[in-house]
Amino acid sequence: MYAQMVKSTGKGVQSRDDMSPEDKAFQDRIDRGEKIEPKDYMPEAYRKTLIRQIGQHAHSEIVGQLPEGNWITRAPTLERKANLLAKVQDEAGHGLYLYCAAETLGVSRDELVEMLHSERMKYSSIFNYPTLTWADMGAVGWLVDGAAIMNQVPLQRTSYGPYARAMVRICKEESFHQRQGYHIMIKMAKEGTADQKRMAQDALNRFWYPALMMFGPSDKDSVHSAQSMAWKIKINTNDELRQKFVDETVPQAEFLGLTIPDENLRWNDETGHYEFSEPDWSEFFEVISGNGPCNAERLSTRRKAWDDGAWVREAMLAHARKSQKRSQAAE
Amino acid sequence: MTLSAAENPLFEFLLRQGDNALVLGHRTSEWCGVAPVLEEDIALANMALDLIGQTQLWLGYAGEVEGAGRTADDLAFLREVYDYRNLLMLEVPNGDFGRTQMRQFLFDAFQVPWLTRLQDSTNTRVAEIAAKCLKEALYHLDRSSHTVIALGDGTEESNRRMSDALTFLWPYSGEVFKVDATDHAMAEAGVAPLPSDLHSVWLETVERVLTEACLTLPEGTFAQSGGRTGFRHTEHLGHMLAVMQTLQRSYPGAAW
Ligand SMILES: [Fe+2]
Ligand SMILES: [Fe+2]
Ligand SMILES: [Fe+2]
Repeated sequence: MYAQMVKSTGKGVQSRDDMSPEDKAFQDRIDRGEKIEPKDYMPEAYRKTLIRQIGQHAHSEIVGQLPEGNWITRAPTLERKANLLAKVQDEAGHGLYLYCAAETLGVSRDELVEMLHSERMKYSSIFNYPTLTWADMGAVGWLVDGAAIMNQVPLQRTSYGPYARAMVRICKEESFHQRQGYHIMIKMAKEGTADQKRMAQDALNRFWYPALMMFGPSDKDSVHSAQSMAWKIKINTNDELRQKFVDETVPQAEFLGLTIPDENLRWNDETGHYEFSEPDWSEFFEVISGNGPCNAERLSTRRKAWDDGAWVREAMLAHARKSQKRSQAAE
Repeated sequence: MTLSAAENPLFEFLLRQGDNALVLGHRTSEWCGVAPVLEEDIALANMALDLIGQTQLWLGYAGEVEGAGRTADDLAFLREVYDYRNLLMLEVPNGDFGRTQMRQFLFDAFQVPWLTRLQDSTNTRVAEIAAKCLKEALYHLDRSSHTVIALGDGTEESNRRMSDALTFLWPYSGEVFKVDATDHAMAEAGVAPLPSDLHSVWLETVERVLTEACLTLPEGTFAQSGGRTGFRHTEHLGHMLAVMQTLQRSYPGAAW
Protein backbone atom coordinates (compact mmCIF):
# COMPACT_ATOMS: atom_id res chain seq x y z
CA MET A 1 0.00 0.00 0.00
CA TYR A 2 1.19 3.58 0.58
CA ALA A 3 3.09 1.97 3.44
CA GLN A 4 4.62 -1.22 2.05
CA MET A 5 6.64 -3.78 3.95
CA VAL A 6 6.83 -1.75 7.13
CA LYS A 7 9.15 -3.50 9.54
CA SER A 8 8.01 -3.84 13.13
CA THR A 9 10.11 -5.74 15.66
CA GLY A 10 10.90 -8.65 13.37
CA LYS A 11 10.36 -11.04 16.23
CA GLY A 12 6.73 -11.90 15.74
CA VAL A 13 4.02 -11.07 18.23
CA GLN A 14 5.44 -10.53 21.66
CA SER A 15 3.99 -13.05 24.08
CA ARG A 16 2.27 -11.79 27.23
CA ASP A 17 4.85 -13.54 29.39
CA ASP A 18 7.60 -11.39 27.92
CA MET A 19 5.72 -8.15 28.50
CA SER A 20 6.37 -5.64 31.25
CA PRO A 21 3.30 -4.72 33.31
CA GLU A 22 2.98 -1.45 31.34
CA ASP A 23 3.16 -3.27 28.05
CA LYS A 24 0.50 -5.71 29.20
CA ALA A 25 -1.79 -2.85 30.18
CA PHE A 26 -1.08 -1.21 26.83
CA GLN A 27 -1.93 -4.36 24.88
CA ASP A 28 -5.13 -4.74 26.94
CA ARG A 29 -6.21 -1.25 25.94
CA ILE A 30 -5.65 -2.10 22.29
CA ASP A 31 -7.52 -5.38 22.65
CA ARG A 32 -10.46 -3.51 24.18
CA GLY A 33 -10.49 -1.25 21.09
CA GLU A 34 -9.33 1.87 22.93
CA LYS A 35 -7.44 4.57 21.07
CA ILE A 36 -3.88 5.35 22.06
CA GLU A 37 -3.26 9.10 22.30
CA PRO A 38 0.11 10.93 22.03
CA LYS A 39 0.56 11.43 25.77
CA ASP A 40 -0.37 7.84 26.67
CA TYR A 41 2.17 5.17 27.46
CA MET A 42 3.30 3.19 24.43
CA PRO A 43 6.10 0.67 23.91
CA GLU A 44 9.08 2.07 22.03
CA ALA A 45 8.69 -0.53 19.26
CA TYR A 46 5.06 0.53 18.69
CA ARG A 47 6.12 4.16 18.42
CA LYS A 48 8.98 3.41 16.04
CA THR A 49 6.89 1.16 13.79
CA LEU A 50 4.17 3.80 13.59
CA ILE A 51 6.67 6.49 12.65
CA ARG A 52 7.91 4.27 9.81
CA GLN A 53 4.39 3.53 8.66
CA ILE A 54 2.93 7.03 8.90
CA GLY A 55 6.11 8.58 7.52
CA GLN A 56 6.07 6.28 4.51
CA HIS A 57 2.42 7.08 3.95
CA ALA A 58 3.10 10.84 4.17
CA HIS A 59 6.03 10.62 1.74
CA SER A 60 3.82 8.70 -0.68
CA GLU A 61 1.28 11.52 -0.70
CA ILE A 62 4.04 14.04 -1.39
CA VAL A 63 5.88 12.11 -4.09
CA GLY A 64 2.45 11.09 -5.36
CA GLN A 65 1.85 14.69 -6.44
CA LEU A 66 4.45 14.30 -9.17
CA PRO A 67 3.02 11.72 -11.60
CA GLU A 68 -0.27 13.62 -11.73
CA GLY A 69 1.38 17.01 -11.59
CA ASN A 70 2.97 15.86 -14.83
CA TRP A 71 -0.39 16.38 -16.60
CA ILE A 72 -1.81 19.49 -14.94
CA THR A 73 -0.34 21.79 -17.58
CA ARG A 74 -1.69 19.51 -20.33
CA ALA A 75 -5.17 18.82 -18.99
CA PRO A 76 -7.57 18.83 -21.96
CA THR A 77 -10.31 21.11 -20.57
CA LEU A 78 -10.54 23.83 -17.95
CA GLU A 79 -12.75 21.62 -15.81
CA ARG A 80 -10.32 18.69 -15.96
CA LYS A 81 -7.47 21.04 -15.15
CA ALA A 82 -9.34 22.34 -12.10
CA ASN A 83 -10.24 18.81 -10.96
CA LEU A 84 -6.69 17.59 -11.27
CA LEU A 85 -5.32 20.64 -9.47
CA ALA A 86 -7.80 20.08 -6.66
CA LYS A 87 -6.82 16.43 -6.45
CA VAL A 88 -3.11 17.10 -6.27
CA GLN A 89 -3.82 19.80 -3.69
CA ASP A 90 -5.71 17.22 -1.64
CA GLU A 91 -2.71 14.88 -1.78
CA ALA A 92 -0.47 17.65 -0.43
CA GLY A 93 -3.04 18.14 2.33
CA HIS A 94 -2.95 14.42 3.11
CA GLY A 95 0.82 14.65 3.40
CA LEU A 96 0.39 17.51 5.83
CA TYR A 97 -2.13 15.68 8.08
CA LEU A 98 0.12 12.64 8.13
CA TYR A 99 3.30 14.56 8.94
CA CYS A 100 1.33 16.18 11.77
CA ALA A 101 0.23 12.75 13.00
CA ALA A 102 3.85 11.56 12.88
CA GLU A 103 4.98 14.65 14.79
CA THR A 104 2.81 13.60 17.73
CA LEU A 105 5.18 10.62 18.02
CA GLY A 106 8.17 12.86 18.53
CA VAL A 107 9.69 13.16 15.07
CA SER A 108 9.71 16.45 13.17
CA ARG A 109 8.57 16.93 9.60
CA ASP A 110 12.05 18.14 8.64
CA GLU A 111 13.61 14.98 10.05
CA LEU A 112 11.18 12.83 8.07
CA VAL A 113 11.81 14.79 4.87
CA GLU A 114 15.53 14.42 5.40
CA MET A 115 15.10 10.65 5.74
CA LEU A 116 13.14 10.54 2.49
CA HIS A 117 15.83 12.49 0.66
CA SER A 118 18.64 10.35 2.04
CA GLU A 119 16.66 7.22 1.07
CA ARG A 120 16.43 5.99 4.64
CA MET A 121 12.64 6.09 4.30
CA LYS A 122 10.58 4.88 1.37
CA TYR A 123 7.38 5.84 -0.39
CA SER A 124 4.95 3.64 -2.30
CA SER A 125 6.35 1.76 -5.29
CA ILE A 126 3.43 2.94 -7.45
CA PHE A 127 4.73 6.49 -7.77
CA ASN A 128 7.85 5.24 -9.53
CA TYR A 129 5.88 4.54 -12.68
CA PRO A 130 5.54 7.18 -15.40
CA THR A 131 2.29 8.82 -16.52
CA LEU A 132 2.41 8.79 -20.30
CA THR A 133 -1.00 9.80 -21.62
CA TRP A 134 -4.09 11.57 -20.32
CA ALA A 135 -5.69 8.16 -19.76
CA ASP A 136 -3.12 7.63 -17.01
CA MET A 137 -4.92 10.35 -15.04
CA GLY A 138 -7.98 8.15 -15.26
CA ALA A 139 -6.10 4.95 -14.43
CA VAL A 140 -4.28 6.50 -11.48
CA GLY A 141 -7.48 7.83 -9.94
CA TRP A 142 -9.41 4.66 -10.61
CA LEU A 143 -6.76 2.09 -9.67
CA VAL A 144 -4.23 3.84 -7.44
CA ASP A 145 -6.64 5.87 -5.36
CA GLY A 146 -8.95 2.85 -5.50
CA ALA A 147 -6.26 0.60 -4.03
CA ALA A 148 -5.40 3.26 -1.46
CA ILE A 149 -9.00 3.30 -0.29
CA MET A 150 -9.01 -0.48 0.22
CA ASN A 151 -6.15 -0.10 2.63
CA GLN A 152 -7.12 3.14 4.30
CA VAL A 153 -10.77 2.49 5.08
CA PRO A 154 -9.85 -0.17 7.68
CA LEU A 155 -7.08 2.09 8.99
CA GLN A 156 -9.75 4.51 10.17
CA ARG A 157 -10.06 2.01 13.04
CA THR A 158 -6.34 1.85 13.72
CA SER A 159 -5.26 1.98 17.37
CA TYR A 160 -3.33 5.24 17.22
CA GLY A 161 -5.79 8.14 17.62
CA PRO A 162 -4.11 10.84 15.50
CA TYR A 163 -3.49 8.35 12.67
CA ALA A 164 -7.07 7.07 12.74
CA ARG A 165 -8.45 10.60 12.66
CA ALA A 166 -6.17 11.60 9.77
CA MET A 167 -7.47 8.55 7.90
CA VAL A 168 -11.09 9.57 8.34
CA ARG A 169 -10.45 12.91 6.63
CA ILE A 170 -8.27 11.35 3.95
CA CYS A 171 -10.68 8.55 3.03
CA LYS A 172 -13.47 10.95 2.14
CA GLU A 173 -11.25 12.69 -0.37
CA GLU A 174 -9.74 9.50 -1.77
CA SER A 175 -13.12 8.14 -2.77
CA PHE A 176 -13.81 11.39 -4.58
CA HIS A 177 -10.50 10.97 -6.43
CA GLN A 178 -11.39 7.43 -7.35
CA ARG A 179 -14.71 8.50 -8.87
CA GLN A 180 -13.05 11.36 -10.73
CA GLY A 181 -10.49 8.97 -12.21
CA TYR A 182 -13.16 6.48 -13.19
CA HIS A 183 -15.09 9.26 -14.88
CA ILE A 184 -12.06 10.05 -17.04
CA MET A 185 -11.97 6.36 -17.98
CA ILE A 186 -15.67 6.38 -18.88
CA LYS A 187 -15.17 9.37 -21.14
CA MET A 188 -12.27 7.74 -22.91
CA ALA A 189 -12.92 4.01 -22.85
CA LYS A 190 -16.68 3.93 -23.16
CA GLU A 191 -17.61 7.13 -24.95
CA GLY A 192 -14.32 8.05 -26.58
CA THR A 193 -12.79 7.86 -30.04
CA ALA A 194 -10.68 4.92 -31.20
CA ASP A 195 -7.55 6.81 -30.12
CA GLN A 196 -8.95 7.45 -26.67
CA LYS A 197 -9.98 3.82 -26.25
CA ARG A 198 -6.50 2.75 -27.17
CA MET A 199 -5.00 5.14 -24.62
CA ALA A 200 -7.36 3.83 -21.94
CA GLN A 201 -6.48 0.19 -22.58
CA ASP A 202 -2.79 1.01 -22.68
CA ALA A 203 -3.05 2.79 -19.32
CA LEU A 204 -4.76 -0.23 -17.77
CA ASN A 205 -2.11 -2.52 -19.24
CA ARG A 206 0.66 -0.49 -17.63
CA PHE A 207 -0.99 0.19 -14.27
CA TRP A 208 -2.72 -3.10 -13.48
CA TYR A 209 0.20 -5.03 -12.00
CA PRO A 210 1.82 -2.01 -10.32
CA ALA A 211 -1.58 -1.40 -8.68
CA LEU A 212 -1.65 -5.00 -7.40
CA MET A 213 1.87 -4.49 -6.07
CA MET A 214 0.67 -1.57 -3.96
CA PHE A 215 -0.63 -4.04 -1.38
CA GLY A 216 2.84 -5.53 -0.96
CA PRO A 217 3.88 -9.17 -1.22
CA SER A 218 1.94 -11.82 0.62
CA ASP A 219 2.45 -11.30 4.33
CA LYS A 220 0.52 -14.21 5.75
CA ASP A 221 3.81 -15.51 7.17
CA SER A 222 5.38 -12.13 7.94
CA VAL A 223 6.53 -11.63 11.53
CA HIS A 224 6.40 -7.86 11.04
CA SER A 225 2.78 -7.91 9.93
CA ALA A 226 1.74 -10.22 12.77
CA GLN A 227 3.05 -7.79 15.37
CA SER A 228 1.51 -4.80 13.54
CA MET A 229 -1.83 -6.58 13.46
CA ALA A 230 -1.65 -7.32 17.18
CA TRP A 231 -1.10 -3.59 17.70
CA LYS A 232 -3.97 -2.81 15.31
CA ILE A 233 -1.87 -0.56 13.15
CA LYS A 234 -2.45 -3.04 10.37
CA ILE A 235 -5.95 -4.47 10.09
CA ASN A 236 -5.96 -6.87 7.12
CA THR A 237 -3.35 -9.00 5.40
CA ASN A 238 -2.00 -7.82 2.08
CA ASP A 239 -3.62 -10.76 0.28
CA GLU A 240 -7.05 -10.02 1.74
CA LEU A 241 -6.88 -6.44 0.54
CA ARG A 242 -5.54 -7.38 -2.88
CA GLN A 243 -8.35 -9.89 -3.36
CA LYS A 244 -10.93 -7.32 -2.35
CA PHE A 245 -9.43 -4.86 -4.82
CA VAL A 246 -9.50 -7.36 -7.69
CA ASP A 247 -13.08 -8.39 -6.88
CA GLU A 248 -14.24 -4.80 -7.02
CA THR A 249 -12.16 -3.68 -9.98
CA VAL A 250 -12.81 -6.45 -12.49
CA PRO A 251 -16.53 -5.60 -12.97
CA GLN A 252 -15.58 -1.93 -13.30
CA ALA A 253 -13.15 -2.79 -16.10
CA GLU A 254 -15.85 -4.87 -17.78
CA PHE A 255 -18.25 -1.94 -17.62
CA LEU A 256 -15.62 0.19 -19.35
CA GLY A 257 -15.12 -2.44 -22.05
CA LEU A 258 -11.47 -2.79 -21.09
CA THR A 259 -9.50 -6.01 -20.78
CA ILE A 260 -7.51 -6.73 -17.64
CA PRO A 261 -4.09 -7.89 -18.84
CA ASP A 262 -4.26 -11.28 -17.16
CA GLU A 263 -5.04 -14.50 -19.05
CA ASN A 264 -5.61 -16.36 -15.83
CA LEU A 265 -8.27 -14.03 -14.56
CA ARG A 266 -11.49 -15.94 -13.91
CA TRP A 267 -14.41 -15.96 -11.53
CA ASN A 268 -14.44 -18.85 -9.06
CA ASP A 269 -17.99 -19.77 -8.11
CA GLU A 270 -16.92 -21.84 -5.13
CA THR A 271 -14.80 -19.20 -3.42
CA GLY A 272 -16.92 -16.29 -4.62
CA HIS A 273 -13.74 -14.50 -5.69
CA TYR A 274 -11.74 -13.86 -8.82
CA GLU A 275 -8.61 -15.90 -9.46
CA PHE A 276 -5.80 -13.78 -10.82
CA SER A 277 -2.08 -13.81 -11.57
CA GLU A 278 0.36 -12.47 -9.05
CA PRO A 279 2.41 -9.50 -10.20
CA ASP A 280 6.09 -10.02 -10.94
CA TRP A 281 7.51 -9.65 -7.45
CA SER A 282 11.07 -9.39 -8.68
CA GLU A 283 10.02 -6.18 -10.44
CA PHE A 284 8.48 -4.97 -7.19
CA PHE A 285 11.70 -5.58 -5.26
CA GLU A 286 13.70 -3.77 -7.93
CA VAL A 287 11.34 -0.80 -7.72
CA ILE A 288 11.46 -0.50 -3.96
CA SER A 289 15.22 -0.83 -3.96
CA GLY A 290 15.50 2.12 -6.31
CA ASN A 291 15.39 0.62 -9.79
CA GLY A 292 11.87 1.54 -10.87
CA PRO A 293 11.38 3.51 -14.08
CA CYS A 294 11.13 6.84 -12.23
CA ASN A 295 12.82 6.40 -8.83
CA ALA A 296 15.83 8.54 -9.64
CA GLU A 297 13.73 11.23 -11.25
CA ARG A 298 11.12 11.43 -8.50
CA LEU A 299 13.71 11.70 -5.77
CA SER A 300 15.83 14.23 -7.60
CA THR A 301 12.73 16.33 -8.29
CA ARG A 302 11.86 16.33 -4.59
CA ARG A 303 15.44 17.02 -3.52
CA LYS A 304 15.75 19.87 -5.99
CA ALA A 305 12.47 21.40 -4.83
CA TRP A 306 13.68 21.19 -1.23
CA ASP A 307 17.11 22.67 -2.01
CA ASP A 308 15.74 25.40 -4.27
CA GLY A 309 13.29 26.34 -1.53
CA ALA A 310 15.89 26.53 1.24
CA TRP A 311 16.32 30.29 0.92
CA VAL A 312 12.55 30.77 1.18
CA ARG A 313 12.24 28.69 4.34
CA GLU A 314 15.23 30.50 5.88
CA ALA A 315 13.81 33.89 4.96
CA MET A 316 10.37 33.08 6.38
CA LEU A 317 11.98 32.00 9.63
CA ALA A 318 14.24 35.07 9.78
CA HIS A 319 11.28 37.35 9.11
CA ALA A 320 9.21 35.68 11.82
CA ARG A 321 12.03 36.15 14.31
CA LYS A 322 12.54 39.79 13.34
CA SER A 323 8.83 40.54 13.59
CA GLN A 324 8.70 38.97 17.01
CA LYS A 325 11.63 41.08 18.18
CA ARG A 326 10.05 44.22 16.76
CA SER A 327 6.76 43.58 18.50
CA GLN A 328 8.55 42.87 21.78
CA ALA A 329 10.52 46.11 21.44
CA ALA A 330 7.30 48.01 20.84
CA GLU A 331 5.70 46.73 24.03
CA MET B 1 -15.63 35.23 -39.01
CA THR B 2 -14.50 36.86 -35.81
CA LEU B 3 -15.26 40.53 -35.35
CA SER B 4 -12.33 42.88 -34.75
CA ALA B 5 -11.69 44.56 -31.42
CA ALA B 6 -13.22 47.77 -32.71
CA GLU B 7 -16.37 45.95 -33.78
CA ASN B 8 -16.77 44.00 -30.56
CA PRO B 9 -14.91 45.75 -27.73
CA LEU B 10 -16.83 43.90 -25.01
CA PHE B 11 -15.56 40.58 -26.35
CA GLU B 12 -12.04 41.98 -26.44
CA PHE B 13 -12.41 43.26 -22.89
CA LEU B 14 -13.63 39.88 -21.63
CA LEU B 15 -10.75 38.06 -23.32
CA ARG B 16 -8.34 40.33 -21.47
CA GLN B 17 -9.90 39.38 -18.14
CA GLY B 18 -10.11 35.69 -18.94
CA ASP B 19 -6.69 35.37 -20.51
CA ASN B 20 -5.01 37.06 -17.55
CA ALA B 21 -6.60 34.51 -15.24
CA LEU B 22 -5.84 31.58 -17.54
CA VAL B 23 -2.21 32.40 -18.24
CA LEU B 24 -1.38 33.23 -14.62
CA GLY B 25 -3.33 30.18 -13.45
CA HIS B 26 -1.34 28.01 -15.83
CA ARG B 27 1.99 29.43 -14.70
CA THR B 28 0.99 29.00 -11.06
CA SER B 29 0.02 25.40 -11.68
CA GLU B 30 3.57 24.71 -12.85
CA TRP B 31 4.57 24.88 -9.18
CA CYS B 32 2.60 21.76 -8.43
CA GLY B 33 4.61 19.42 -6.21
CA VAL B 34 7.80 21.47 -6.17
CA ALA B 35 7.11 24.45 -3.88
CA PRO B 36 9.59 25.36 -1.12
CA VAL B 37 7.35 24.01 1.63
CA LEU B 38 4.21 21.87 1.76
CA GLU B 39 1.99 24.75 2.89
CA GLU B 40 3.05 26.65 -0.25
CA ASP B 41 2.25 23.67 -2.48
CA ILE B 42 -1.25 23.83 -1.10
CA ALA B 43 -1.50 27.62 -1.34
CA LEU B 44 -0.20 27.73 -4.92
CA ALA B 45 -2.58 24.99 -6.03
CA ASN B 46 -5.37 26.94 -4.39
CA MET B 47 -4.36 30.08 -6.23
CA ALA B 48 -4.21 28.25 -9.56
CA LEU B 49 -7.59 26.73 -8.85
CA ASP B 50 -9.15 30.14 -8.18
CA LEU B 51 -7.66 31.52 -11.38
CA ILE B 52 -8.86 28.63 -13.53
CA GLY B 53 -12.33 29.10 -12.02
CA GLN B 54 -12.20 32.80 -12.92
CA THR B 55 -11.12 31.87 -16.43
CA GLN B 56 -14.22 29.74 -16.87
CA LEU B 57 -16.43 32.67 -15.89
CA TRP B 58 -14.78 35.32 -18.05
CA LEU B 59 -14.18 33.18 -21.12
CA GLY B 60 -17.59 31.56 -20.81
CA TYR B 61 -19.20 34.98 -21.01
CA ALA B 62 -16.77 36.03 -23.77
CA GLY B 63 -18.00 33.10 -25.85
CA GLU B 64 -21.62 34.17 -25.36
CA VAL B 65 -20.84 37.76 -26.28
CA GLU B 66 -18.98 36.68 -29.38
CA GLY B 67 -22.02 34.70 -30.46
CA ALA B 68 -20.07 32.27 -32.62
CA GLY B 69 -20.82 29.25 -30.46
CA ARG B 70 -17.37 29.04 -28.89
CA THR B 71 -17.14 27.77 -25.31
CA ALA B 72 -14.61 28.78 -22.67
CA ASP B 73 -12.68 25.62 -23.56
CA ASP B 74 -12.68 26.49 -27.27
CA LEU B 75 -11.30 29.91 -26.44
CA ALA B 76 -8.66 28.52 -24.09
CA PHE B 77 -7.47 25.57 -26.14
CA LEU B 78 -7.99 26.56 -29.76
CA ARG B 79 -6.74 30.11 -30.08
CA GLU B 80 -3.34 31.14 -31.44
CA VAL B 81 -0.76 33.26 -29.67
CA TYR B 82 -1.86 36.47 -31.42
CA ASP B 83 -5.45 35.96 -30.31
CA TYR B 84 -4.45 35.88 -26.64
CA ARG B 85 -5.01 39.09 -24.68
CA ASN B 86 -3.17 38.58 -21.38
CA LEU B 87 -0.55 40.88 -19.88
CA LEU B 88 3.03 40.02 -20.82
CA MET B 89 4.01 39.96 -17.14
CA LEU B 90 1.78 36.93 -16.60
CA GLU B 91 3.20 34.81 -19.43
CA VAL B 92 6.92 35.15 -18.70
CA PRO B 93 8.36 32.10 -16.93
CA ASN B 94 7.94 31.79 -13.18
CA GLY B 95 11.59 32.20 -12.27
CA ASP B 96 12.24 31.43 -8.63
CA PHE B 97 9.57 31.39 -5.93
CA GLY B 98 10.35 35.01 -5.11
CA ARG B 99 9.67 36.19 -8.63
CA THR B 100 6.46 34.18 -8.76
CA GLN B 101 5.27 35.87 -5.58
CA MET B 102 6.36 39.34 -6.67
CA ARG B 103 4.45 38.95 -9.94
CA GLN B 104 1.41 37.76 -8.08
CA PHE B 105 1.61 40.77 -5.80
CA LEU B 106 2.02 43.32 -8.62
CA PHE B 107 -1.00 41.77 -10.34
CA ASP B 108 -3.14 41.47 -7.19
CA ALA B 109 -2.43 45.08 -6.29
CA PHE B 110 -4.15 46.03 -9.54
CA GLN B 111 -6.86 43.37 -9.50
CA VAL B 112 -8.32 44.40 -6.16
CA PRO B 113 -9.17 48.01 -7.06
CA TRP B 114 -10.02 46.95 -10.61
CA LEU B 115 -12.52 44.27 -9.64
CA THR B 116 -13.89 46.55 -6.95
CA ARG B 117 -14.77 49.08 -9.64
CA LEU B 118 -16.07 46.40 -12.02
CA GLN B 119 -18.67 45.47 -9.42
CA ASP B 120 -20.40 48.72 -10.40
CA SER B 121 -20.31 47.90 -14.09
CA THR B 122 -23.39 48.79 -16.13
CA ASN B 123 -23.04 45.29 -17.55
CA THR B 124 -24.64 43.15 -14.84
CA ARG B 125 -22.84 39.97 -15.93
CA VAL B 126 -19.49 41.74 -15.64
CA ALA B 127 -20.51 43.08 -12.24
CA GLU B 128 -21.50 39.61 -11.03
CA ILE B 129 -18.33 37.92 -12.21
CA ALA B 130 -16.21 40.71 -10.75
CA ALA B 131 -17.90 40.36 -7.38
CA LYS B 132 -17.07 36.65 -7.31
CA CYS B 133 -13.47 37.20 -8.39
CA LEU B 134 -12.95 40.06 -5.95
CA LYS B 135 -13.46 37.81 -2.94
CA GLU B 136 -10.60 35.65 -4.14
CA ALA B 137 -8.43 38.59 -5.21
CA LEU B 138 -8.63 40.14 -1.75
CA TYR B 139 -7.34 36.93 -0.27
CA HIS B 140 -4.63 36.65 -2.93
CA LEU B 141 -3.44 40.21 -2.28
CA ASP B 142 -3.34 39.62 1.41
CA ARG B 143 -1.24 36.51 0.90
CA SER B 144 1.08 37.80 -1.80
CA SER B 145 1.81 41.07 0.01
CA HIS B 146 2.64 39.19 3.20
CA THR B 147 4.94 36.86 1.29
CA VAL B 148 6.69 39.73 -0.49
CA ILE B 149 7.19 41.46 2.84
CA ALA B 150 8.51 38.33 4.53
CA LEU B 151 10.93 37.52 1.73
CA GLY B 152 12.08 41.11 1.30
CA ASP B 153 12.67 41.45 5.02
CA GLY B 154 14.00 37.91 5.66
CA THR B 155 17.66 37.42 4.88
CA GLU B 156 20.30 39.12 2.79
CA GLU B 157 19.87 36.49 0.10
CA SER B 158 16.10 36.70 0.05
CA ASN B 159 16.22 40.49 -0.11
CA ARG B 160 18.59 40.32 -3.07
CA ARG B 161 16.37 37.79 -4.84
CA MET B 162 13.26 39.90 -4.32
CA SER B 163 15.08 42.97 -5.53
CA ASP B 164 16.15 41.06 -8.67
CA ALA B 165 12.58 39.89 -9.17
CA LEU B 166 11.32 43.45 -8.95
CA THR B 167 13.93 44.69 -11.43
CA PHE B 168 12.94 41.96 -13.85
CA LEU B 169 9.18 42.48 -13.53
CA TRP B 170 8.99 46.24 -13.26
CA PRO B 171 9.09 47.03 -17.00
CA TYR B 172 6.17 44.64 -17.48
CA SER B 173 4.08 46.05 -14.65
CA GLY B 174 3.05 49.20 -16.50
CA GLU B 175 1.40 47.46 -19.46
CA VAL B 176 -2.01 47.33 -17.83
CA PHE B 177 -2.17 51.14 -17.61
CA LYS B 178 -1.58 51.77 -21.33
CA VAL B 179 -5.10 52.40 -22.50
CA ASP B 180 -6.37 51.89 -26.01
CA ALA B 181 -9.61 52.13 -28.00
CA THR B 182 -11.08 49.07 -26.29
CA ASP B 183 -10.57 50.65 -22.86
CA HIS B 184 -12.17 53.88 -24.01
CA ALA B 185 -15.13 52.03 -25.48
CA MET B 186 -15.65 50.17 -22.18
CA ALA B 187 -15.33 53.37 -20.17
CA GLU B 188 -17.82 55.21 -22.36
CA ALA B 189 -20.30 52.34 -22.04
CA GLY B 190 -19.84 52.32 -18.27
CA VAL B 191 -18.65 48.71 -18.38
CA ALA B 192 -15.27 49.44 -16.77
CA PRO B 193 -13.18 52.36 -15.60
CA LEU B 194 -10.08 53.29 -17.54
CA PRO B 195 -7.26 51.16 -16.11
CA SER B 196 -5.10 54.28 -16.03
CA ASP B 197 -7.48 55.79 -13.46
CA LEU B 198 -6.27 53.13 -11.04
CA HIS B 199 -2.58 53.82 -11.45
CA SER B 200 -2.19 55.97 -8.35
CA VAL B 201 -4.02 53.58 -6.02
CA TRP B 202 -1.99 50.69 -7.43
CA LEU B 203 1.23 52.62 -6.90
CA GLU B 204 0.25 53.46 -3.34
CA THR B 205 -0.21 49.78 -2.47
CA VAL B 206 3.03 48.85 -4.21
CA GLU B 207 5.01 51.56 -2.44
CA ARG B 208 3.60 50.67 0.97
CA VAL B 209 4.35 46.97 0.62
CA LEU B 210 7.79 47.44 -0.93
CA THR B 211 8.77 49.80 1.87
CA GLU B 212 7.74 47.25 4.46
CA ALA B 213 9.63 44.64 2.45
CA CYS B 214 12.85 46.72 2.61
CA LEU B 215 12.81 47.06 -1.18
CA THR B 216 13.22 50.16 -3.32
CA LEU B 217 10.62 51.20 -5.83
CA PRO B 218 12.31 51.15 -9.26
CA GLU B 219 12.57 54.54 -10.95
CA GLY B 220 12.00 53.47 -14.52
CA THR B 221 8.69 54.33 -16.13
CA PHE B 222 9.19 52.43 -19.37
CA ALA B 223 6.54 49.79 -19.89
CA GLN B 224 6.65 46.81 -22.24
CA SER B 225 3.43 46.22 -24.12
CA GLY B 226 1.79 44.03 -26.71
CA GLY B 227 0.13 41.38 -24.56
CA ARG B 228 -3.27 42.84 -23.84
CA THR B 229 -3.59 44.05 -27.44
CA GLY B 230 -2.19 40.79 -28.79
CA PHE B 231 0.11 42.73 -31.09
CA ARG B 232 3.38 41.27 -29.80
CA HIS B 233 3.57 38.62 -27.10
CA THR B 234 6.82 37.28 -25.68
CA GLU B 235 8.33 34.10 -27.11
CA HIS B 236 7.19 32.26 -24.00
CA LEU B 237 3.47 32.24 -24.70
CA GLY B 238 3.81 29.98 -27.72
CA HIS B 239 5.56 27.36 -25.65
CA MET B 240 2.94 27.60 -22.95
CA LEU B 241 0.13 27.13 -25.46
CA ALA B 242 1.92 24.24 -27.16
CA VAL B 243 1.81 22.43 -23.83
CA MET B 244 -1.63 23.59 -22.73
CA GLN B 245 -3.34 22.90 -26.03
CA THR B 246 -1.66 19.63 -26.95
CA LEU B 247 -4.62 17.29 -26.46
CA GLN B 248 -7.24 19.54 -28.02
CA ARG B 249 -4.99 20.14 -31.02
CA SER B 250 -3.92 16.52 -31.42
CA TYR B 251 -7.40 15.01 -31.18
CA PRO B 252 -9.80 17.52 -32.75
CA GLY B 253 -13.37 17.08 -31.61
CA ALA B 254 -12.65 14.48 -28.93
CA ALA B 255 -14.49 14.87 -25.62
CA TRP B 256 -12.57 14.37 -22.39
FE1 LIG C 1 -4.01 10.93 -0.74
FE1 LIG D 1 -3.41 9.08 -2.87
FE1 LIG E 1 -5.96 10.55 -3.73
